[in-house]
Amino acid sequence: MNAEVQSLTHNTRRDFLKLGVLAGGGLVLGISLSGCSKPAALGAGGQPVAWLRIAGDNTITVLVDKSEMGQGVYTALTQLLAEELGVALEAIRVDAAPVGAVYTNNLLGAQITGGSTSVRDGWEKLRKAGAQARSMLIQAAATQWGVAPDTLKVDAGAVVNGRKRLSFGELAEAAAKLPVPTDVTLKPAKEFTLVGKPAKRIDTASKLDGSAIYGIDVKLPGMLHGAFAQCPILGGKLASFDATAAKAMPGVKDVVGTDNGVVVVADHYWQAQKALATVNVEWDAGANAALDNAAIRARLKKASSRTGRAARSDGNAAAALKSAAKVVRATYELPMLAHATLEPQCCTADVRADAADVYAPTQTQTIAQATAAAVVGLKPEQVNVHTTLLGGGFGRRLEVDFIAAAMVASKAVGKPVKVIWSREQDMTHDTYRPPAFDTVAAGFDAAGKLIAWKLDLTGPSITARMFPPVVATAIDPFAIEAATNYPYDVPNVAVNYNREEVGVDVGYWRSVSHALNCFVAESFMDELATTAGKDPYEFRAALLAKQPRFKRVLDEAANRAGWGKAPAGHHQGIALMEGYGTYMAQVVEISMKDGALTVHRITCAVDCGQMVNPNIVDQQVEGGILFGLTAALWGDITLERGQVQQRNFDTYRMLRLPEAPRIDVHLLESSEAPGGIGEPGTAVVGPALANAIFAATGKRLRSLPIAKQGITTA
Amino acid sequence: MAAINVNGKALETDAAPDTPLLWVLRDHLGLTGTKFGCGAALCGACTVHIEGEPARSCQVALTDVGTRKITTIEGLSTNRSHVVQQAWLELDVPQCGYCQSGQLMSAAALLAQNPTPTDADIDTAMAGNICRCGTYGRIRKAVHRAAELLKKENA
Repeated sequence: MNAEVQSLTHNTRRDFLKLGVLAGGGLVLGISLSGCSKPAALGAGGQPVAWLRIAGDNTITVLVDKSEMGQGVYTALTQLLAEELGVALEAIRVDAAPVGAVYTNNLLGAQITGGSTSVRDGWEKLRKAGAQARSMLIQAAATQWGVAPDTLKVDAGAVVNGRKRLSFGELAEAAAKLPVPTDVTLKPAKEFTLVGKPAKRIDTASKLDGSAIYGIDVKLPGMLHGAFAQCPILGGKLASFDATAAKAMPGVKDVVGTDNGVVVVADHYWQAQKALATVNVEWDAGANAALDNAAIRARLKKASSRTGRAARSDGNAAAALKSAAKVVRATYELPMLAHATLEPQCCTADVRADAADVYAPTQTQTIAQATAAAVVGLKPEQVNVHTTLLGGGFGRRLEVDFIAAAMVASKAVGKPVKVIWSREQDMTHDTYRPPAFDTVAAGFDAAGKLIAWKLDLTGPSITARMFPPVVATAIDPFAIEAATNYPYDVPNVAVNYNREEVGVDVGYWRSVSHALNCFVAESFMDELATTAGKDPYEFRAALLAKQPRFKRVLDEAANRAGWGKAPAGHHQGIALMEGYGTYMAQVVEISMKDGALTVHRITCAVDCGQMVNPNIVDQQVEGGILFGLTAALWGDITLERGQVQQRNFDTYRMLRLPEAPRIDVHLLESSEAPGGIGEPGTAVVGPALANAIFAATGKRLRSLPIAKQGITTA
Repeated sequence: MAAINVNGKALETDAAPDTPLLWVLRDHLGLTGTKFGCGAALCGACTVHIEGEPARSCQVALTDVGTRKITTIEGLSTNRSHVVQQAWLELDVPQCGYCQSGQLMSAAALLAQNPTPTDADIDTAMAGNICRCGTYGRIRKAVHRAAELLKKENA
């Protein structure tokens, strides 16, 4: 992704934050980030970056570059900085950072929140920023007191010298004038007082009294409200419209066409929504007017017979399969899925002649800015992006399709406009998780040893649409996750990828291809255990002798779940995965009665390396599991005549509180580098559940959702 | 102009009579704590109290509200002091938080009618509120915790 997005980043680079006097009379403390692992990605190397503002009144504000979508980054990233700065978490407030090249996610090459990268990207950066700020504050105090800096220390937001104290606020002005130290020593892990501790989230309180501001809550003076309808056929465009009736309705100010839809702008949202229903629209259906699931499946099935591009090749899997004493083959198919963030897509834009402000619940400030600018003919640097809280992200808000309508409408009426999608618009105009048609084969030798594993993946590429240069020469890296890192000790391993587009825009959906490929790999490993006549846990464990981190989570999950000791009538399934640098295993315990499934308990063992905040890790694992469980049970987006058939939560079912099983999360101590935690839980639960259903019924599920496999889910 | 009583205040709104209470609250009265999720009473994000009863405000027209008293998340307490707010804070329930106004209003209504709910009672009362982030386990614990806090308050 780097090359493409980096050039975009360079084009949109701005000096957003400069050292200077704040409106409140304090100072912005600029922290250099020179010395980052990839300084080139930051643009002008030593450019000052404000991660931190310390005002004269001791208000300490951390600017968080990642979007808060529930995953806890406002808290975890602040913990990293606060650890080195020497202040309590409670003493810090958080603001969303603006767009800036300095906020480039070094793992993704643009200002993006995704791929469970936030802690991995911020781990060094934010601790270093905190250490630099601490060093400057100490130096300022040392100068004032006429003592050596190394005689001073920080304590709870102040520099201390014996009984004398100078608060950070008192020192901020002098400190900001000092050179930023390039060489700071970070605390060793054993000295951490905040990092690794289960701190409460700093955003919780505002989410309990209605004061938290999401994209949908933005209010600007003079703001109008927009309701939006897009071509019902995916990929279709606007041909023409007649809004005579709509324009005569109360409160309606204008009706504006976009590339693929119509926006009604009114004084209030309900007025706009009502008027929208009266607009007569002619759509240009485009290429998808006849597209349905059968056609998509046929395309993928046909493509799967091609030989794909090699993503991994150990030994010679094809030859080993030919010589194998026993060969097992299977085909797995997975459906498209919607993100269904509970906050529907929305955006507020204030477009003026030479500048614009965009208030967006976005996961990618860089691309949001570039897109917003392009829509109305401004330069990126003329567009300020204000990141609100996100009412769920899950990859949906890596897209920027919710920005154009607000920009176009605001430009047309000359006022700020907030456009909110209806749930039906949101559900039927998502970028769906790619469907998959995968074949897998394995071979045993005469002694019963597993000697060959060959996985052939077929599906459309997300990255080909989002970042085309990445796939010009390489396989989409977000199509082969949890496949190329097949961990088991097998001498001949082949993983091939066949890209086949299906006419539908596919998108990054929580855990991306991990959820697809882990389902196939870990379900098929269960099939192989059955073939080998072995216990599914022991079969896996025996092949993981060279993989201690996998083995450890597998053993832990099995032990904690009481593997093999389920109560009478209960059955267990197990699965594991490495993704985002995190190792995880889950055991799902179920019962089946008259074809009806009950999920009783999910046990999850996690080694995500060094943790920043176990409280948030726990939340993410629990939530990720339920996200994956919802999809495994019911998730299925279907098309007829190019139109998505699921329109709201009655036809796109969500797990509800009474259906949520007990989840036991076991976080393993680890000194390894931090891994990502927002997504792995989602990927592992599906195969563990399918394996439990096999254990209970002998029925092997090779496609999802479970509710469509003859199993009742209550 | 229509009269409406929200959070103990007698207010007026110029919203049309058929406007759903949700949009009256959000757009006309500026109370954005009540969320839009589905527009069809399927998700519970817009839950408010009407005379103390939980209601999906996306399905109640302004004209049907009449003189009945509305309570929104903003009016549940001052300073987040309601027992459900205390319990939610203690257990760090929210993730994205978007559904939590509705969850809190449903939980508060449950406890007002049934101060010692069982798991089954919680299932029934909370089934209409979707949480896409999967905070259900903590919500269940927090409702039980709020019941304990309520008992102490009433002791």
